[in-house]
Amino acid sequence: MRQVAAKIAQAIMLILAVIILNFFLIQIAPGDVVDALAGGPDGAGEASAEVNERLRETYGLDKPVLVQLGIYIGNVARGDLGESFIFNRPVTELIGARIWPTILLAFTALAFAILLGTFIGTVAARKPESPFSAGITVFALIGFAMPAFWTGILLLLLFSVQLDWLPVSGMNDVRLPRDAGWLERQIDTAEHLLLPAVSLGIIYLASYARLSRASMLEILESDYVRTARSKGLGERSVMFKHALRNGIIPIITVMGLQFGAVVSGAILVETVFAWPGIGRLAFDSVNRRDTNVLLGILLMLSVTVIIANLLTDLLYRVADPRIRVGGEDRG
Amino acid sequence: MADVETTESDQSDAPDPRRHQPPPKYQGFKMFMRNRAAVFGAVLMIGILVVTYILPIFITDNKNEIIAEKHLAPGDEGAPLLGTDYLGRDVAIVVMNGGSTTLKVAGFAAILIVGIGASIGAAAGYYGGWVDSALMRFTEFFQVLPGLLFAIVIVALFSPTTLTIVLAIGLISWPGIARLTRGEFLRQKNLEYVKAATAIGASDRRIIIKTILPNTMPVIIVQSSLIMGAAILFEAGLAFLGLGDASNLSWGFYLGLNRASFLSNWWAVTFPGLMIFFTVLSLSLIGDGLQDAFNPKLRGR
Repeated sequence: MRQVAAKIAQAIMLILAVIILNFFLIQIAPGDVVDALAGGPDGAGEASAEVNERLRETYGLDKPVLVQLGIYIGNVARGDLGESFIFNRPVTELIGARIWPTILLAFTALAFAILLGTFIGTVAARKPESPFSAGITVFALIGFAMPAFWTGILLLLLFSVQLDWLPVSGMNDVRLPRDAGWLERQIDTAEHLLLPAVSLGIIYLASYARLSRASMLEILESDYVRTARSKGLGERSVMFKHALRNGIIPIITVMGLQFGAVVSGAILVETVFAWPGIGRLAFDSVNRRDTNVLLGILLMLSVTVIIANLLTDLLYRVADPRIRVGGEDRG
Repeated sequence: MADVETTESDQSDAPDPRRHQPPPKYQGFKMFMRNRAAVFGAVLMIGILVVTYILPIFITDNKNEIIAEKHLAPGDEGAPLLGTDYLGRDVAIVVMNGGSTTLKVAGFAAILIVGIGASIGAAAGYYGGWVDSALMRFTEFFQVLPGLLFAIVIVALFSPTTLTIVLAIGLISWPGIARLTRGEFLRQKNLEYVKAATAIGASDRRIIIKTILPNTMPVIIVQSSLIMGAAILFEAGLAFLGLGDASNLSWGFYLGLNRASFLSNWWAVTFPGLMIFFTVLSLSLIGDGLQDAFNPKLRGR
């Protein structure tokens, strides 16, 4: 328990560090929201210096940087991420509407990659000398080398344009009748989710297959698997009930480390499929210097990744009791 | 971890009693050549380098200019080899020119990544204790960040130039190599040859740079080819979003420009993407081959 508490304390420190880093990053960059409002980097419509001053005062940008940072951290602690300079709406509201599609996309892609990848890897570990097993390495390298946004475009051209099997873009069909049932809506969303999730998941699918194959190969050599076999257990039971339980441990480790990268990839894939996620909002807020929105997005995505890491850590303890025990000794 | 691969370079300096055998120096090269996938990767890389750096010398008409009607498919009447894009530029020419931009950015980024990562990893692994835990916390911090988003922020805030893009990729992608280098240093600092150096009174800096670092180089160099592949994908992602140098169209940037019209223009998105794919693939194959040849312990990972 103490360890879990320590992990959470660590996560909070990490979040604080993220806030401070983001804050100063935006501070040292040239230009602020007032410059952007006054005509953007092109300086098309210069507002008077007096107006600019008043705007800065309204947004609190005239205060010393450290005071601004202090105010911001205080507000975040109370769950207030400020207001968007551009939309005049609370940042939490803007982000809240957009972050779930991104998380849904990232999770689906990762789940697809892990489930299918582990299955393929486990099957391949049964016959390590077979061409199928050797092919996984090549397949992993191919998967890694494909830029997700490019894969997305190719899949779109094939399945949505040529074959017309799946919708081209968005998260829901606008033609869906207003009184459509819950199930109908979920199916519609799932149809829209399929291609983006696959194009994002393919990168990781093969690497999980490779990882689980290597891990299972090692475990199938171990004594307890031999014992299980000699007890006369069926092959399926040995593979999926005994061996896989230890085989997934390295996969859990990698999963936590990769979640940040998957979220990043989701931002790219979103643009291809017009998926209504946070990517577009982030991009616009950078260009408009909508600092509060930008800070909010960076914060929320970092928190998402940190929470995913915490959960991974807990999962890790559940999957491998040795860590729990060994850890207690140390701390 | 056994210390099998560390003695590689030491052996080649010592006089070799087995004269009839090739010196171990070439053993790695031989192993590499026996790996068909790695050789395929190397050949692919040579092809890409020829297209990028040598072909433009022979094709004098190599400006990114409008030469024909727009949206000509490959094989259409009057169309160039790979068709024309949404403006009527020759796709083959723009793709050929894009390589040098992509490779330049990725190359510099990879150097930066290895520089930062190896320094931090070396310090953490060698000094241990609180230095190690502080540096590893720092590394962890960068590892959990959604990297691409941070890169977007850095590049967009400071305007997209080659410099900002290289810096953004470099500042965000170093944790992997830092962990790797740290692991190697942790393992090697207790080996005899390092103890010997300490015993004759060598300074910490000397031991890190002159004694241990050369012995971790094989591991780092192998990893570098994979890092460069990742940097190419990173650059492509940024450029695809429009965060690239508009005067030097990289593959990713060109892909992004053609995205708006990809429904009527599949070739203009397919070919630059294929180049990214082949380049990263060849770097991965080469990296894998080097791994097998020089770090046989890690094979199959």
